Amino acid sequence: MTTAATISKPDPGRRYLYLFTMFFLALSGFGQMPIFKRYYIADIPGLGWLAKFYITHYIHYLGAIILLALCTYYITEYFMFNIKKRKLTFSGYFNTAVIFGLIISGLLLVIKNFANYHYPNSLIIFLDLCHISLVMLLLGYGLYSLISKKRWTTPR
Amino acid sequence: MPEMISRRAFLKGSAAAACTVAASGLTAAASTSPSGQQLCTLLDISKCVACEACVDACQEVNADKYPQPQKPFPKMYPSRVPVADWSEKQDVRDRLTPYNWLYIQTADVEVDGEAIEVNIPRRCMHCVNPPCVKLCPWGSARQLKSGISVIDPDICLGGSKCKAVCPWHIPERQTGVGLYLDILPSLAGNGVMYKCDRCYNRIAEGELPACIEACPEDVQQIGPRDEMIAKAHALAKEIDGYIYGETENGGTNTIYVSPVPFEAINKASEYGKGRPPLKQAADSMASANNIVAAMAIAPIAGVAFAAGKLFKQTQKNA
Repeated sequence: MTTAATISKPDPGRRYLYLFTMFFLALSGFGQMPIFKRYYIADIPGLGWLAKFYITHYIHYLGAIILLALCTYYITEYFMFNIKKRKLTFSGYFNTAVIFGLIISGLLLVIKNFANYHYPNSLIIFLDLCHISLVMLLLGYGLYSLISKKRWTTPR
Repeated sequence: MPEMISRRAFLKGSAAAACTVAASGLTAAASTSPSGQQLCTLLDISKCVACEACVDACQEVNADKYPQPQKPFPKMYPSRVPVADWSEKQDVRDRLTPYNWLYIQTADVEVDGEAIEVNIPRRCMHCVNPPCVKLCPWGSARQLKSGISVIDPDICLGGSKCKAVCPWHIPERQTGVGLYLDILPSLAGNGVMYKCDRCYNRIAEGELPACIEACPEDVQQIGPRDEMIAKAHALAKEIDGYIYGETENGGTNTIYVSPVPFEAINKASEYGKGRPPLKQAADSMASANNIVAAMAIAPIAGVAFAAGKLFKQTQKNA
């Protein structure tokens, strides 16, 4: 077995799926706040759905499903193929931690949305702020990573 | 005294929560029924004579919760943002407003050639799984264990999402009051949303909601949801009537029993802003909540795809 065969090469298709998913997650997530109608964004042809809260809510859930599948895929793939060949960079650790925080806070908010789950509103506010702060951090750091060409992993 | 399921038991069950509410105000678990179920109201609308004693009582008891806006209001950007000012119209009683959380809907219904006047006390339905609470982006609306949905005026920013997602569009906004004034008053927020809180503070102190206590006709009862539903069915059977609120929006804690079909009431009533119809309402939260199972399956799928890749790689290298 050659080294090249054991290292899993980045798959552009999955990368684009990740970016596509994160884009719609962020868009539908911000759509949970009543801002797109107020600031005319929902008036742009094709973006009217951003002002429809049940649609953005549903799309956010669909995005979360794809993100969960992608995350577990990448983690499993890393441990199966790449752990001996590549190591996580600071960017890798940072992004992983932020996405983990987003998933945990998001899942707690999903549970809250079932009947008979009564969170204290201090917890709801904490989770909401946590979720939006983490996504801002991810977007900001993502932009910085794009400009400075930071990668998640590097050869050992 | 209004007829109700074991008032003594109801009050006894409320006593413990009263201590909590005294200590923590709005954060009280506030009085579930003794069985731990959500508290539900049952309204026999054949008894309502539209005397508006409930409306008077509601306004009197909740007056200190009503908004006291600061004027002039901050200039809003962009200019399309609507100002909602009810402070000069506090005497409006024929619709829901920030100063009137309960009104009487009246309809002259003709059934089998017979004219019947029905009067319906209308307010927040206090859904079992309230979208106003669950979809509030800021956590200012919440549901007490008693099933009461409450909007915290100290936290609400007045974005009106709760109204948009409510099947009956119950909450009403007052501009010029609340937290948004301290943040970015021109750019974000627009006041506070107000609606019936079913006198959660009175319930926590072992008292009845004002509208129930004041009603001379005993239109309303309050008790554990299962018992109220059983009573609603018994009453509907007795008067050959119709039930509304049991299944609407996945179930509410306000059950109406009417001697005439609700479709007929809807046809005979005037509706508009602040006057919601008693329409069919599907479970608002169901479509998203129903796909949560896929969230549990998604990680398994992710692992399976990676394992499949390993298998294919192994086959290729064999």
